[in-house]
Amino acid sequence: MNLISPPVMSEATFVLVLASLLLAPLAIAGVALINTGFGRSRSAAQSLLGSLAIVAVAAIAFALIGASLIGTTGGAGHAFHLAGKPWNWLGAGPLFLNGLAAAPPQAQLGLLFEFLAVAFAAIIPWGSGADRLRLAAGCAVAALLGAIVFPLFTHWTWAGGWLSQLGVNFAVGSGFLDPAGAATIHVLGGLSALAVAWIAGPRRGKFPPGAFATAMPGHNAVYILFGCLLALAGWLAFNVAGAVLWMHAPLAALPVTAINTLLTASGAVAATFTVTRIRFGKPDASLCANGWLSGLVASSATAAIVSPVQSILIGLIAGVLTPLLVEVLELAASIDDPSGAIAVHAAGGLWGLIAAGALAPQPGQFIAQLAGIATLLGLVLPLVYLLFWLVNRVIPFRADPDGERLGMDLHELGGGAYPEFVIHRDDSYR
Amino acid sequence: MKLAGLLVMPAGFFLSIAALVLFPASNAAARTAFVLCGLAVEALGLVVAARGHMDAQGKSRP
Repeated sequence: MNLISPPVMSEATFVLVLASLLLAPLAIAGVALINTGFGRSRSAAQSLLGSLAIVAVAAIAFALIGASLIGTTGGAGHAFHLAGKPWNWLGAGPLFLNGLAAAPPQAQLGLLFEFLAVAFAAIIPWGSGADRLRLAAGCAVAALLGAIVFPLFTHWTWAGGWLSQLGVNFAVGSGFLDPAGAATIHVLGGLSALAVAWIAGPRRGKFPPGAFATAMPGHNAVYILFGCLLALAGWLAFNVAGAVLWMHAPLAALPVTAINTLLTASGAVAATFTVTRIRFGKPDASLCANGWLSGLVASSATAAIVSPVQSILIGLIAGVLTPLLVEVLELAASIDDPSGAIAVHAAGGLWGLIAAGALAPQPGQFIAQLAGIATLLGLVLPLVYLLFWLVNRVIPFRADPDGERLGMDLHELGGGAYPEFVIHRDDSYR
Repeated sequence: MKLAGLLVMPAGFFLSIAALVLFPASNAAARTAFVLCGLAVEALGLVVAARGHMDAQGKSRP
């Protein structure tokens, strides 16, 4: 990550990374399916159409503006000098992807990874706003993430920005390490989900006055669990491609990276299965899905760095933390997050970054990871909240009460996802 | 209250980054302690923002 010019990639490596990246959208598809399953049946079509629209808007915003702000490692950028060191804070690449065809193949691969990453990050908050977030608001959120927030943080991390240069400038390990998007995709997406949940507010009837939170289970556990399996395939691709692109890992290290990804998710789901079995008497399918995903999220930070046994331990801890955090956020903090994106993506990603810092062989890496986390929490979250708050003034996030009662499918699309089935009345609206 | 919490969080960020600038690499313990202090300030801001959200919703849990 500290290299000004990355090493030249062999042809075999190029083909492998390209093939991996062609599989990576499966992770996005998996999360879209999970988000849909966690929502209500009367919002299912809006949820999946929203995922498509958000991917499209994020990709276009990124192509028009965002890619220019990221720039490339060793490319043009904006920097200021402080304490005798350069602080490269913004890229200055060509606008509208000008000259892309003439760019080195390796740079094009990096850009493809970033396109997939921004689409992935943008659909994460969509799940938190399920059943009340308007399609237009979801697209506005995606445009902001694709054009401003994601490029800014990604430049700092992957394109020679100041976080990646902490090792060179301040002898802090190898600089902030984010091999496959734990920070740039998941923590960023999870913090955006928190901002969306705060601004949109809870679903009607979720927190009745003077009573405990109403349980609003997802409408389709099959979508959720099949989404988890789809996501695994995409995550393997993201982690392998990220290890090569951002860590310059050799081909021989990639099978272990893939194995670590699987082991982290496996440890996490085993832990969540056990925790929910002890706590509720039976394993909880939704929480187990959240546990599996949080293991995958943690693996985005650690799979290219740690050993297989360490991966299992990281997964076990992620799997214990996730169901507890889902409960704390709902019951103690009054945050209505239907898909659990805050606990899964934000907390899972933060845990992965900490674990990567603690277990990386380089001295000082732990401080570098903490600096990255401090940036995400202290700078990115307030920025995201401010931007979303401003957008909410122009494009209201929340559907009107009648629309919420009817369901987002009828309200926004004029038709449901399951027209041949009776949609049951919800007691919470009485 | 939520905005106050969100404004405290950048203060924690600057504290963390100042630790890297002010302390040499040889003084890793002081660096780590200061960075952790910065994160603690951010956590405090996050808690204040969360409390502000609950108050704004009028949803104090029973």
